[in-house]
Amino acid sequence: MSTYSRRDFLKTGLVAAGAGVAVAHGFPSIIGAQGKEPVKIGVLHSLSGTMAISEVSLRDVVLMAVDEINAKGGVMGRPISPVVVDPASNWDLFAEKAKQLLLQDKVAVVFGCWTSVSRKSVLPVFENNNGLLFYPVQYEGEECSKNVFYTGACPNQQLVPGAEYLMSKEGGSYKKFYLLGTDYVFPRTANKILRAFLLAKGVPAANIEEEYTPFSHQDYQTIVGKIKRFASGGGACVLSTINGDSNVPFYKEFANQGLRSENAPIMAYSVAEDELRGMDTGALVGHLAAWNYFQSVDTPANKKFVNAFKEYAQKKGLPGGAKRVTDDPMEAAYFGVHIWKQAAEKAKSFDVDAVRKAVYGQTFAAPVGPIKMHEYNQHTYRPVLIGEILKDGQFKIISRTKGNVEPEPWSKYTSPDKGCDWINHQGTYQKKA
Amino acid sequence: MRRSLLLLLLFVAWLAGPPASHAQSSEALKALADLAVDDTDRREAAVGVLGATRDTKWLEFLAALRDGNVYARGKGTTLEIVVGGAKTTKGEQDVIEIVTAYDRKLIGTVPVASVTEIAADRRLRIAIKPFLDADETRVQLASPDAEARRGAALKLGHQADAGAAAVVEAAIAKETVPNVRHALEEALALIRLAHGEPAVRVLAAQALGGLHSFDGMPALQRLAAETSASRAEREAATVAIRQIERWSLLVRTLETAFQGASLASILLLMALGLAIVFGLMGVINMAHGELMALGAYSTFVVQNIFRARWPEWFNAYFVVALPVAFIVAALVGVVLERGVIRRLYGRPLETLLLTWGASLIIQQGLRLWFGAANVDVSSPSWLSGGFALMTGLTLPFNRLFIIGLAAMSVAAMYWLLFGTGAGLRIRAVTQNRGMSSCLGVRAGWVDATTFALGAGLAGLAGAALTQIGNVGPSLGQNYIVDSFMVVVTGGVGKLAGTILAAAGIGGLNKGIEPALGAVFAKVAILLLVILFLQRRPAGLFATRGRSAEA
Amino acid sequence: MPRREAAAVAAAALLLVVVLPICNALPASSALHVSDFRLNLFGKFLAYAILALGLDLLWGYAGVLSLGHGVFFGLGAYAMGMHLMLEIGAKSVYQSALPDFMVWNQVKELPLFWRPFYSDVFTLVAIVVVPGLVALAFGFLAFRSRIRGVYFSIITQALALSAWLVFNRNEMRLGGTNGLADFKTIFGFPLNQPSTQRGLYAVTALALLVAYLVCRWITGSRAGKVLVAIRDSETRVLFSGYSPARYKLFVFVVSAVLAGVAGALYAPQVGIITPAKIGVLPSIEMVVWVAAGGRGTLVGAVAGAFGVNWMQSWLTTSYPDVWLLFLGGLFMGVVLFFPDGLVGAVARAFGGMGRLTRGASFTATPTESARSRGPSSTGHPRPEPVARPPLQ
Repeated sequence: MSTYSRRDFLKTGLVAAGAGVAVAHGFPSIIGAQGKEPVKIGVLHSLSGTMAISEVSLRDVVLMAVDEINAKGGVMGRPISPVVVDPASNWDLFAEKAKQLLLQDKVAVVFGCWTSVSRKSVLPVFENNNGLLFYPVQYEGEECSKNVFYTGACPNQQLVPGAEYLMSKEGGSYKKFYLLGTDYVFPRTANKILRAFLLAKGVPAANIEEEYTPFSHQDYQTIVGKIKRFASGGGACVLSTINGDSNVPFYKEFANQGLRSENAPIMAYSVAEDELRGMDTGALVGHLAAWNYFQSVDTPANKKFVNAFKEYAQKKGLPGGAKRVTDDPMEAAYFGVHIWKQAAEKAKSFDVDAVRKAVYGQTFAAPVGPIKMHEYNQHTYRPVLIGEILKDGQFKIISRTKGNVEPEPWSKYTSPDKGCDWINHQGTYQKKA
Repeated sequence: MRRSLLLLLLFVAWLAGPPASHAQSSEALKALADLAVDDTDRREAAVGVLGATRDTKWLEFLAALRDGNVYARGKGTTLEIVVGGAKTTKGEQDVIEIVTAYDRKLIGTVPVASVTEIAADRRLRIAIKPFLDADETRVQLASPDAEARRGAALKLGHQADAGAAAVVEAAIAKETVPNVRHALEEALALIRLAHGEPAVRVLAAQALGGLHSFDGMPALQRLAAETSASRAEREAATVAIRQIERWSLLVRTLETAFQGASLASILLLMALGLAIVFGLMGVINMAHGELMALGAYSTFVVQNIFRARWPEWFNAYFVVALPVAFIVAALVGVVLERGVIRRLYGRPLETLLLTWGASLIIQQGLRLWFGAANVDVSSPSWLSGGFALMTGLTLPFNRLFIIGLAAMSVAAMYWLLFGTGAGLRIRAVTQNRGMSSCLGVRAGWVDATTFALGAGLAGLAGAALTQIGNVGPSLGQNYIVDSFMVVVTGGVGKLAGTILAAAGIGGLNKGIEPALGAVFAKVAILLLVILFLQRRPAGLFATRGRSAEA
Repeated sequence: MPRREAAAVAAAALLLVVVLPICNALPASSALHVSDFRLNLFGKFLAYAILALGLDLLWGYAGVLSLGHGVFFGLGAYAMGMHLMLEIGAKSVYQSALPDFMVWNQVKELPLFWRPFYSDVFTLVAIVVVPGLVALAFGFLAFRSRIRGVYFSIITQALALSAWLVFNRNEMRLGGTNGLADFKTIFGFPLNQPSTQRGLYAVTALALLVAYLVCRWITGSRAGKVLVAIRDSETRVLFSGYSPARYKLFVFVVSAVLAGVAGALYAPQVGIITPAKIGVLPSIEMVVWVAAGGRGTLVGAVAGAFGVNWMQSWLTTSYPDVWLLFLGGLFMGVVLFFPDGLVGAVARAFGGMGRLTRGASFTATPTESARSRGPSSTGHPRPEPVARPPLQ
């Protein structure tokens, strides 16, 4: 027989009290003074956990852009007040934080996400609540949401040009392609598109190999052995969508087993200056990467951008200080903020629908050169650059498209019948044959 | 089209003909001036002329053109072509240092605005490439670096270009390094296979078979299927193919065996410290992974110190880093043990949670101190590359080193536990704490020492791991579950259990991997461990009664 | 159940199940309004609380520490998720009956194991049965062979890791790393309507109430006493004629089913389920909820689930760098200084309760003497917690 002690009562009381306290947080916040009231924007990047390595730099560059804009008087005279939250590389926290930013903090726009999982988990939140997200990272395409502006590369702005370069005489006329990636949606879709592209260009199916490893996979002995056998006889290259952590052990094993970048180059699609910062680049020298921006781009705008970021890092005491680097997603995040500001000024409002319409066709003098937002498909015109990895973790630019490449969210190799248009259609639509 | 044909002809003539004189001929100077005009065809032709001179100075100039370092400078009414060097800022202006195109004589430093860059667009670069490639290969063949020579030999073999045969033969006569010589002989055979007469091709096919040349397989397969070839040729090709395939099977088996041994040694190194602590003290240490991370970061710090202070001794940093990693991890282990774990003996589930909490704190601490990004730990030169055991089988030095390190650690442990007084005391306290205490053994000290030993081994493992993987704050997470699997399978009765478990798991994993792929091989191993524990719930060598024999 | 306790439970139930949803339905200008965001967050916490109850039953009362409960949580969540994906049908981006990820993976036909999930009934049954069956199989093998203590915990980790690796593979046709997301309706109700979310919340609160009552009933019964006896001394229970394996298996399955239900309620409220919830790390985090709240007390589990997750929400907003340090410190602090968790600490502050063994308020700390005995070489708790003077 058990009596109900005072203790037990206290315990249940605690729970109720806890609930009550939590409810109190839901009370509406005090409305600030009118006038030069700051406009809130959200920054949704992981600051801890596995993705922190990549996403912390994006937060830094967005805050730097905000400082720049505020120094010049803000947006329509109002200073920007960034709300920075940490979804801690947790996909369900991403959804929760997105809801918080849109519903609690009522931000005008959010700059965030990196992995496709994080984007897919916040997408319903943005669509249901008519929010606006600027997404700066290369991705697999096949998406075209009204509430997202994709400032990173589509497959046809990175994947296909990289393969094309290797097939060309200048790139070395490679005939055999080993498609190696980490096992998640970006490499899977990327390789689907690359395979379709290669087959369309007449590469026989026997000369294409596809393989996937899990995240944080460390032991590449078997796979490098396979690549060695595949590459025997020359004319083979590797198209790598290996992500993050696994790159170092892969490149090291590659070099240690005697494969050289002149004989079997690796074209990486997910290795940028920020990742090279933490790698022993000895094994990577001579291998290639394809992006829409490199820190070594020689334009006055880029010099200004790089110096400004290094100064910012030193001033704020960020780890790495003046040794910090800039890369493609950072540049995309940076001009994303400016594009939004320009659009808001053009629309003379922060209302999401008005700003969205004002974004279409916007141009900006980005560090890499002038870029333009597409007129109706939510993506961005960007140039394509091929770079060769140098010992100091920078890239030597060995090829560059003359102008910008038009983004195709639905690749003409795998979904030739689909298009994306928010002016004449409701987003994704079936093209008439 | 016509231009490309002309270029091709020039290139072939260049390959076949003797080297031109080392002077600036008038054609070359005219071609140089042509580079500044707006007509791409003329520029392309100019490149062809300059390349055809086969003068190393002109080839260097072409390399500078390809790299975007060539400029045009107005000098009176004519344009002078110069090569630019470093760009600097003098006062308000950006200036650049320029030298003459051929002799590289310094002209001076001029404002950047006064020179126009001659851009090497794609067509120009494609035109330049063959000259530079051939030259580079030729230069590489004479390079003092064996790896560069080998790379050049491989490239010549792939190109199978008749004109290079003489050069390769000459190189073979001079070559001393076996694997480079092998590559050269392979290249020669491939060239002869592509261009020789039937009798020569038969010999070449046999040579390729004897050399066990994987690179030659595609060419041999083509020959075997060629209907226009004679029977002798096709037979020779088929025989060679079979020879190479048999060899390939042998190589693959040995490769898998080595990979299994390598994985086993890594698992052993990681699990050894854990097994000692768990076996001798009953403490399950979830912070083991973070102690490994601490060892790895110590290696990083030592590397940086060497890079800054004693760069000429850089290759020695790793030797110094190993004991440093051991000591750092051991110290942290002692702090952990004396500070918190001591209060929880006899409560393994609680120590599990406690050490997990400690691991999160250490991890976040590393992240805050060193940054969230991975850090770069370079391999010393004696650990880069591999040992070419036989054709097609290269054993990387870093993995060989780890196998050696694991073996030495095990031997050291055995010696410590069975050959020294300290080891005797450790075993005594484990078997019967009370009695040992009565006999004068300071149990507290022994606990601390044992834990420090286990932690130090973790640090050592972390240092070794820097050579084959990433170094980042979450390094510990990647390996912790594998370490536990080994300890749990091996049981805590004997050290031999850990060794056998590591060998078994490592070997099995690599054995299954070619068939199932990396992920499912790992899943299969995990499930096998679970099933194995059904038969032996406390591992391979469980303790009997209450005493622990190692 | 004694009257005072029943009253307290009823009051809490009323607050959670009835009052809060009503507050949410009030217009935003009202002082008592609870925002959609808050309510949704609560719903998630309540789902976690159900999971914590099961884990507490297993660990706090039976002394079996499972570090792999994420697997069962995930199984329930995926079962619900699969049904929700099939409900989307033609409303997706690809306008195909197949889930999105199958289309971009170029799967032409729905795999066989997906087909039964069209049915509502089957889904509801699967949520309960699938985690239960997996737990039955795993537990049967483990407990029958007398795998105990730390060894058991480690093989649950192995289970969690294997499940995580498998669910991450695209070939398994479960969405890979992206998991299942972008749900549109649940059993016909559109998910973006506040009324649906309110309904989901109410269902979760009800489910928590039912789970609490079930656990209370188990712990109050004779089986509950046997469980506590197993926790304290398994060999003695064995010699007393009971079969500990059967009891442990029973409570293991119950906790797995609770975890599955929690997962199924979690998925539609959060809108996404990925393998990230199945692995080793999230499973250990679930354990700290129970430890921090107070294991061995059912209310402690609920409080811990609420408290720790609320802290996470708050810290990752205000002090992102601090969250992991806090979590680590919480683990260590709870184990060292507050073995009875938050609930125990508060209760102790309110007037030292001398005897700790009373009904549902068992705590799971071993008796004092075991602590002074030094390390155990076998890693198992000493079988005889008899009071003896400390040796040191």
